[in-house]
Amino acid sequence: MSTYAKKKGFGATVWDYLTTVDHKKIAILYLIAGGLFFIVGGLEAMFIRIQLAVPDNDFVSAGLFNELITMHGTTMIFLAAMPLIFAFMNAVVPLQIGARDVAFPFLNAVGFWLFFFGGVFLNLSWFMGGAPDSGWTNYASLAMKSAGHGVDFYILGLQISGLGTLIAGINFLTTIINMRAPGMTYMRMPLFTWSTFVASALILFAFPPLTVGLVLAMFDRMFGSNFFDVAAGGNTIIWEHMFWIFGHPEVYILILPAFGVFSEVFATFSRKRLFGYSSMVFATVLIGFLGFMVWAHHMFTVGLGPIANAIFAVATMAIAVPTGIKIFNWLFTMWGGSVRFTTPMLWAVAFIPSFVAGGVTGIMLAAAPADYQYHDTYFVVAHFHYVIVGGVIFGLLAATHFYWPKMFGTLLNETLGKITFWLFLTGFHLTFFIQHFLGLMGMPRRVFTFLPGQGFETGNLISSIGALFMAVGILIMLYNIIVTSVRNVRVGNDPWEDGRTLEWAIPSPPPFYNFKQLPLVRGLDPYWVEKMEGKDEMTPAEPIGDIHMPNSTILPFVISLGLFVSAFGALYNVDNKDWTLPVMIIGLLITFGAMFIRSVKDDHGFHIHKEDLVNDDDKEVKA
Amino acid sequence: MKKRLHKWRLVSLFSILALVLAGCGEPYLSALRPAGEVAQKQYDLMILSTLIMVLVIIVVVVIFVYVLIRFRRKKGDENKIPKQIEGNHKLELIWTVIPILLLLVLAVPTIAATFDLADTKAMEKKDKDGKTKDALVINVRANLYWWEFEYPDLGVVTSQDLVVPTDEKVYFNLTASDVKHSFWIPSAGGKMDTNTDGENQFWLEFDSKKAAEVKDVFYGKCAELCGPSHALMDFKVNTKSRADFDQWAADMKAVKKPAAEGEVARQGEEVFNKSCIGCHAVTPNDSRPEQARQAPNLATFGERERIAGVLDHNEENLKNWIKNPEEYKPGNTMTGTYNVTDEQVDALAAYLMGLKVEEK
Repeated sequence: MSTYAKKKGFGATVWDYLTTVDHKKIAILYLIAGGLFFIVGGLEAMFIRIQLAVPDNDFVSAGLFNELITMHGTTMIFLAAMPLIFAFMNAVVPLQIGARDVAFPFLNAVGFWLFFFGGVFLNLSWFMGGAPDSGWTNYASLAMKSAGHGVDFYILGLQISGLGTLIAGINFLTTIINMRAPGMTYMRMPLFTWSTFVASALILFAFPPLTVGLVLAMFDRMFGSNFFDVAAGGNTIIWEHMFWIFGHPEVYILILPAFGVFSEVFATFSRKRLFGYSSMVFATVLIGFLGFMVWAHHMFTVGLGPIANAIFAVATMAIAVPTGIKIFNWLFTMWGGSVRFTTPMLWAVAFIPSFVAGGVTGIMLAAAPADYQYHDTYFVVAHFHYVIVGGVIFGLLAATHFYWPKMFGTLLNETLGKITFWLFLTGFHLTFFIQHFLGLMGMPRRVFTFLPGQGFETGNLISSIGALFMAVGILIMLYNIIVTSVRNVRVGNDPWEDGRTLEWAIPSPPPFYNFKQLPLVRGLDPYWVEKMEGKDEMTPAEPIGDIHMPNSTILPFVISLGLFVSAFGALYNVDNKDWTLPVMIIGLLITFGAMFIRSVKDDHGFHIHKEDLVNDDDKEVKA
Repeated sequence: MKKRLHKWRLVSLFSILALVLAGCGEPYLSALRPAGEVAQKQYDLMILSTLIMVLVIIVVVVIFVYVLIRFRRKKGDENKIPKQIEGNHKLELIWTVIPILLLLVLAVPTIAATFDLADTKAMEKKDKDGKTKDALVINVRANLYWWEFEYPDLGVVTSQDLVVPTDEKVYFNLTASDVKHSFWIPSAGGKMDTNTDGENQFWLEFDSKKAAEVKDVFYGKCAELCGPSHALMDFKVNTKSRADFDQWAADMKAVKKPAAEGEVARQGEEVFNKSCIGCHAVTPNDSRPEQARQAPNLATFGERERIAGVLDHNEENLKNWIKNPEEYKPGNTMTGTYNVTDEQVDALAAYLMGLKVEEK
């Protein structure tokens, strides 16, 4: 039953990916879909910067500009950053803990397809009467009055993709709790696994408030309720609370896995174990916990009163402490090490000053009275791009170069990687550093234009030029990916030579069952431990035996497709069209029908037999 | 490689130069040029936090640069395995405790200022007529792309140009009539949201010396996304000495009915009374409830700083604005509510430009 190493036609490959439940293939799906949405969000960003390059510009209209900023934010957070993070979690976490797959492979596929259809649905708004235009925060008073169906696309699209995210989070929690290899105790888990664990817990608690808010908004806009209608006794501030109770932890959901990536990269390319591992774990958990205690710092100017503002100001400042611990631990991981500047390491190194800059402006923003000046200006825009680009995107780019060989079996070109790095880094600082000053000089955020004579011209022009550098950097990376894939020079288990964790102990890419024999973990950085004892592979924890694998299935795709169909019915329901109710019902029938089939049809999976595993080995030797 | 580095240096040099040239922004608009007690307090807090943060950055950067230079893998090190260090409790304690201390230094003034800036007790002290005893209170109502300023104790309503006395605390009630906006005069102090759910209160103070430097006009902005023309929802702040302010208030109260001067203006008045007066009032003592006040009060229109908040104040712009408001403020609520011919627009412009309270 050996299925790999066979040449397949295009149609067969597509079908393979549509039906896959293999975490490694789902990782590739997340990477492709997230990458596509990242490019869409990037294009939106470029249009924004072109519009703002000169005063009084009319490159886009005011209404279109609001759609662009809304879709840029929503796309980048929900459809680019999150799925790209899931791509690496899927690709790496099961390998790092020595598992053959995630706990729920079927759910894993459901999670991906829900995200994908939600994202496609949201982006279809561009072609179906206009995108959402109330900002990615979708504040209720504006959103409920927004004409057209843009905001409805936001509400329904995010519900669908949010469901997928929640499922993925639960899956990773279960996987990490239950599927660790023998000897892989919690305090031996690599930092990327730890941060995935904490981020998944955050997803579990942060997404429900968003979903509740979205459902209330859906009823207001599509079915005539009044949760956010002040005249009818509703309240719009409650949306802000629900949004930010989700929204602030969301920032940590994004940044913690990036921290995890950097921890792996620093240790690997310094040839040193992570400095202060225990305090790194402690800091990760603490940041995750405090992340839920600070949401109202996004609402200092709402008028919550001085007591609330003071409490949330101090709580926010407290987050600086565990974050600072992490920064110094990374610096001291390099201290005394043997630092090699590969492309992933360059991203990790550049991350430190960039993220520190974003972090300190975060503390400045925490000082509530000063925030009354910063709030909703370009200062805030600069701050969160410093943490999200300088933290999350740098982390994702580091991970892309670092894990590419493990995912695809070939190394991205280092020279092109470094060119991308320098272009993107320069562009990033050019674009966003000056925005701090624009904000302080009185430029509010989310303005579709600015009038001449207010001192905003130079700063905005520099910012737009910087954006161009970033775009060129990303284009070169895409070129790099194509060239690398065409050349397809295969690499071995440990292409970076200094791999420390389990994923580097197995082939690149790993066989579909990951580990022929589950490895025995004998300490932190288990592969490094074995290497230091002169071995080049893990000590097995079990004899070779049959491996139980799940079957591929199209059902996850169908379940998600049903919700996608149903959403169109809900969206146009307010227009009193006859077809909307049937479409809603048909869509839900598809979803529940597929779930029903999944429930009643026995699917026991299959076994890879011992003999086949041994044969596989022989084949490898011959090849 | 050398050459490329050189070019980079030039680029960064130019951007720094540009930054210096831009200075700290315009004195009528920049939070870096505080022109009042509130802005000054916030500015001080910014400086304090920046200093602490620069300290942190310096420490990090020094270690960072040292590590990168000192511990890079050199030729011949290919097989060297560095000592695997688990951690260091003393060091870890240091970089936990010192940040906590630094944050305390910032937290104390932060909390003090938070309560100070929220202190609006003076608004509650009323005399027996229900008027505020010894504080000036202004009700700010934000609407889709225009601002209304009501002086409840003076019985005066005006729009777009906020008039305030200098060197005293001015108290604000803030609310919005349609969607959420945010009231911001950067030079005078931070913003506060105008919610649809209720009133917010805060105070500002305008320094007379700083006001003189900008010829008594500060810029105000909407700071919360409120629709297509959010970027154009500007207003102006006129500062006056207390004596001038009292005079202005008396003038405003005294206005009965504007007298149109000249034939064209009189025609304009007729057009106005037919097409515009349903929404726009022309006397500052507008006693209608706020729901009825659907458009800016035009009593002082001739003295305004801007047409529609953003266009230069002249008749040409006014005519263009009346003819096609959608072009200048997309999504405004005035478009399509009236029908006027070109001659009528000319007449209207003449009439509106004559609406003045002070410069008779």
